[in-house]
Amino acid sequence: MRSAVIVFPGSNCDRDMAEALRQVTGAAPAMVWHRETALPDRLDLIAIPGGFSYGDYLRAGAMAARSPVMRAVAEAAGRGIAVLGVCNGFQVLTEARLLPGALMRNAGIRFVCRDVGLRVGNGRSAFTACYQAGEEILLPVAHHDGNFQADEETLDRLEGEGRVAFRYAGEVNGSARDIAGILNEAGNVLGLMPHPERAIEPAHGLTDGRRLFEGLLQTVSQPA
Amino acid sequence: MKVRIYVTLKSGVLDPQGKAIHHALDGLGFTGVNEVRAGKLIELDIADGVGDAELEEMCRKLLANTVIEDYRIERAEGAA
Repeated sequence: MRSAVIVFPGSNCDRDMAEALRQVTGAAPAMVWHRETALPDRLDLIAIPGGFSYGDYLRAGAMAARSPVMRAVAEAAGRGIAVLGVCNGFQVLTEARLLPGALMRNAGIRFVCRDVGLRVGNGRSAFTACYQAGEEILLPVAHHDGNFQADEETLDRLEGEGRVAFRYAGEVNGSARDIAGILNEAGNVLGLMPHPERAIEPAHGLTDGRRLFEGLLQTVSQPA
Repeated sequence: MKVRIYVTLKSGVLDPQGKAIHHALDGLGFTGVNEVRAGKLIELDIADGVGDAELEEMCRKLLANTVIEDYRIERAEGAA
């Protein structure tokens, strides 16, 4: 599988993401700096990692979403290439309007850093192909701005169209309808606050994140 | 010319920061505050000829996230 990890100033999960992709897919991703205007050819997956791009200036993800590389990412997403945004990557995708809604300051003000239970909402996307719908999994979260909000009409649409990929099993950050991860309309863009790349091998303590990458490997990987 | 852009959360959007500030004011004994909403003030120094439409576009494209925020543009009074 050919993948790329986008790196912004302030990204700090880019290497975890690269390592997860290397371990699960057997191929190291291309690391693409935010000032690039083009992506490598024939990509199967673009990953936007967690961190604090641009120090969360203005709003989390706001500056990164307007960086040169994001035009190429939006264009690739439009062509159906899988795009995975984790944590700050999810914030970047909403700021870039590739996903609806916004991620606001956690309702309890505090930075939340712990393992959380998640329910898989939709088992049909490339990202959830190796999970069962309704299955409960455990992944770590580490964020200050993970409180997903959108207007009622958008929330109804997300639920009605099966685009809520992951939901918190308990209260975490005040997110509307306990939303932890959503898909775009076409189903090829996923944003989620929890970190699957930090839960792929026993040494991590959790391994439920591994299947997200295995699902991608099975569904979006094209023959070399 | 100086322009001030006020960015505030839309009414109805929960403001955890405002709530925390309210709580802190309460703790300091300022019990007469009914509600606190926190926002941002962004000051621009713009070239002559930058029109209202362009300022609006700046707000919509970057300065405010219109999913959750409103903005108000205020040109400095008495500016040439």
